[in-house]
Amino acid sequence: MFRSHRRLLTATSASLLVLGLTACGGGTTKDSADSTGGGATQPGASANPNAELKSGLKIAYLPKQLNNPYSDVETGGGKVAVGELKGEYKLVGPNDASASSQVSYINTLIQQQQDVIVVAANDPNAVCPSLNQARQAGIKVVSFDSDASKDCRDAFINQATTQGIGESLTKMASELAGGEGEIAILSATPNATNQNAWIDVMKKELAKPEYSKLKLVKTAYGNDDDQKSFQEAQGLLQSYPNLKVIVSPTTVGIAAASRYVSSSNYKGKVAITGLGLPNQMRQYVKDGTVKKFALWNPADIGYLAAFAGAALASGQITGAEGEKFKAGKLGEYTIGAAGEIVLGPPTEFTAENIDQFNF
Amino acid sequence: MTAVATHSPARKVFSGLVKIRELGIIVALAALIIYTTTSQPRFLSAQSIRDILLNTAILAVMAAGQAVVVITRNIDLSVGSVLGISAFTVASMMSDNPGLPMIVALLVGLAVGALAGLLNGVLVRYGRVPALVVTLGTMYIFRGLIYSWAGGDQVNADELPGHFLQFANDSILGIPWLVLIALVVVGGVSLMMRNYRVGRELYAMGSSPGAAELAGIKVARNMLAAFIISGALAGLAGVLFASRFGTIDASAGNGYELNVVAAVVVGGVAVSGGSGTVWGAGLGALLLTVIGSALTVLDINQFWQQAIVGALIVLAICADRIVAVRIARSLRKRDSHV
Amino acid sequence: MSDASVSPRSFRGGLGKLASWDGIIILLTVVVIVAASLGVPNFGTSRNFTFLILDLMPIVLVALPMTLIIVTGEIDLSVASILGLASSLMGWFWNNGLSIETIIPLVIVIGAVLGAINGFLVNALGLPSLAVTIGTLALYRGLAFVVLGDGAVADFPFDYTGWVTGTIGGGSVPNVLIPIVALAIVFGIVLHATPFGRSLYAIGANDQAAHFAGIRVARTKFWLYVASGAVAALVGILWTLRYSSARADNGSGLELAVVAAVLLGGVSIFGGKGNLPGVLAGVVLLAALQNALRLQDVSGQALNIVTGTLLVLSVLLPNIVSSIRTSRQRRKLRQAATS
Repeated sequence: MFRSHRRLLTATSASLLVLGLTACGGGTTKDSADSTGGGATQPGASANPNAELKSGLKIAYLPKQLNNPYSDVETGGGKVAVGELKGEYKLVGPNDASASSQVSYINTLIQQQQDVIVVAANDPNAVCPSLNQARQAGIKVVSFDSDASKDCRDAFINQATTQGIGESLTKMASELAGGEGEIAILSATPNATNQNAWIDVMKKELAKPEYSKLKLVKTAYGNDDDQKSFQEAQGLLQSYPNLKVIVSPTTVGIAAASRYVSSSNYKGKVAITGLGLPNQMRQYVKDGTVKKFALWNPADIGYLAAFAGAALASGQITGAEGEKFKAGKLGEYTIGAAGEIVLGPPTEFTAENIDQFNF
Repeated sequence: MTAVATHSPARKVFSGLVKIRELGIIVALAALIIYTTTSQPRFLSAQSIRDILLNTAILAVMAAGQAVVVITRNIDLSVGSVLGISAFTVASMMSDNPGLPMIVALLVGLAVGALAGLLNGVLVRYGRVPALVVTLGTMYIFRGLIYSWAGGDQVNADELPGHFLQFANDSILGIPWLVLIALVVVGGVSLMMRNYRVGRELYAMGSSPGAAELAGIKVARNMLAAFIISGALAGLAGVLFASRFGTIDASAGNGYELNVVAAVVVGGVAVSGGSGTVWGAGLGALLLTVIGSALTVLDINQFWQQAIVGALIVLAICADRIVAVRIARSLRKRDSHV
Repeated sequence: MSDASVSPRSFRGGLGKLASWDGIIILLTVVVIVAASLGVPNFGTSRNFTFLILDLMPIVLVALPMTLIIVTGEIDLSVASILGLASSLMGWFWNNGLSIETIIPLVIVIGAVLGAINGFLVNALGLPSLAVTIGTLALYRGLAFVVLGDGAVADFPFDYTGWVTGTIGGGSVPNVLIPIVALAIVFGIVLHATPFGRSLYAIGANDQAAHFAGIRVARTKFWLYVASGAVAALVGILWTLRYSSARADNGSGLELAVVAAVLLGGVSIFGGKGNLPGVLAGVVLLAALQNALRLQDVSGQALNIVTGTLLVLSVLLPNIVSSIRTSRQRRKLRQAATS
């Protein structure tokens, strides 16, 4: 029935031998490689702060994925801004947030000769070669929400400073725990850039004397997947019976954790806080599961990105530190280090003010 | 079917071995639960058991339907997409008409799923297109339909009526509704497959499609029934999904088909048709869910979960093969005595 | 099959050609490409050609061994997971200081071994390939996550990443067309011009008969799985270099797209029927449609519906045509009998 064992063995050992030989021969390794060769350098145009904003600009938004309510709000703000700029708004994107799925869309936008691409990168490196091709074709690239590598975009709209968010999360957790007890974090994916940076700040904050009675027992990862987050919240409460607060710095995680707690006998005993969307959280704020949570206005991110893109495409700014531009109703912004533009401080939502927000 | 003396030794060996197959899952389950509980006693707390059973319910309902289709030597890969269509249909219906009672939601879900199953069955039977091709195709088509209908829309928990969401948390005599539905579905379909004529005919069709046709079994009607059952149960699962998770978008149930097939295969239903039980598939669903929860509680790297499930599937198929070889041998032995 | 002897009338020959699905699909592919070049702005440019080839590269490469496997009546659903595991391993080896020149052959050999495990389970133990490869689909993808977790490795040398996304001599022919054409020729010759290839059709038509005709069925199929694993690993490497990002979730879901393309190309899921030109046309058709629709700002969702419908039609239409033909013949025979 099956007589090829010996041949298979011969073949395998032969190939292993070949491998051994190549391994001895050296070659390109991580240490010897020059991996920075891909970065495209923009022509050194200088900024003209007095340049008029061009009208009729084609501005395309490429969020992480299409069916995501959070990015819908962001791009909704973008649509308003493009309207104010008298440009052409376009929204494209993949159905899944995988690393590679955005590349084909960037290629299509290059073919369609857009003026500005506003992108939330699923993977900071996977989109890089395509974004650089776009920039070589004269398209301005603004990243928002989740940054692409610094050398393949012109500017990055940062929702808030990492420090500000980490501090605000720690403060809310401490208030809800009554200043002492066990807390846990329910994050997105283990390698999510934003969440990890905020968690790092939280850890530094917790080391301060005023938070010395708070104990961070575990950081769990719900992968920004509703069900997974739901189950991770279950797991946290099972493993840590004395848990007082779950801090979830992601909209998917906080909604899932709130839903679990509001439907279990932990309701009222464990507090949930973090970053969430008012529309998703309204129910849990009203039923008392959630006392307070925070977020910036995502619509403003998309809005600011459109104005930054238009300012770049009109030659008002080049993305260098210190340049200033006006962003419609949001007022004037100054570009920070490495092309970063910070939106502003986050808003705290409670039962009192939540009905004023609809996103 | 030929009349086999019911007390023949081969029959005994046969049923014994089949029992061993489901016993294997139960032993594995028990071992896993005991091990996990010794290192984290709260694993067996009332809340934890409730959570595991609730998580199993949706998968078990779909696995029961899939088992019926697989027993007829077919497969239904469209169940994840059918779940999505049903969940989104029912969720938008309930958010537009908050006054509708839960039973309407359940019936609409069943109907949507049954319609999808009917389409699959007709294409398989009357179009003479292999089930794998049909359901792979309709998996894409149904998912595409939800995306083009829903787009980026999402039905949030706060748009759904309270009684609809409450359904997933309510219980009767201490048993949550979801678990009760899953038990009724798995038990009912098991009974149908085991004790009723149509069930035995489905087994016969899976063992030997040609012989079943020659024996006068209404193959066309039965095959449509099998696909309608699978579709309807996926539709029902969609309603349960919407009620339990509250947040429904176009990607609901994406990729579920592989979990469902995995549960069925781990539960001892052979993909070559004609053998396995529906309650075995239900046990398979339970085992997969318990593995997931145990890994979380034991704090084992979650990345191992998928690898373990994969290894388990391969192991289950090997076990089935061994059982089949033994049965064949014992049958041969019996024949030589005659 | 048997009806060729019933009536030699010429229209039946024409209908027969039309009914051969791979003929239709090749024609359809040409029509779509011509129509898109004329009607869709920016479709017929050389840069778009490069993008198109890059986009279809993973599917077309994996489809080559998959075609051979499906011709024998088996299936391999684990290919995308082998791709992901290869990508993970590549990142892990790279992080551990191995040179890229070592990593590439090493990963391909590991891919072949993963394929050999499938081949062993299916052919030595006689297990159903659909179930086995659903199992290894989960297993290999799981191992990919075990190796690299949720992280990504990105700092591959530009010499390699640039080659994969680059074009021959800076023109409009992408470099990856070289492996695509080379492997397509190799697999084409093996399937259509060797005794080995003919034995695959024999196995697919009736493996018992093939066995009695002296074909080593199990061994033959075993090597197809090895080839499938090796090619999937190669695609894992190309994928990683194209996106300069080694990740465990790379290529997930690709298996269904590949199977869809192969079946669309006229290969029968029951084995014994189909050819490579049809499959290549199937892949190009799907990729060109996707590309053209995207340029027209039609969302990817619509493409799901098109793919699924084409897939079902690819089997349904020939069936309908043949049943019409059969009923016509019956009528003819009846007429002949009464007259």
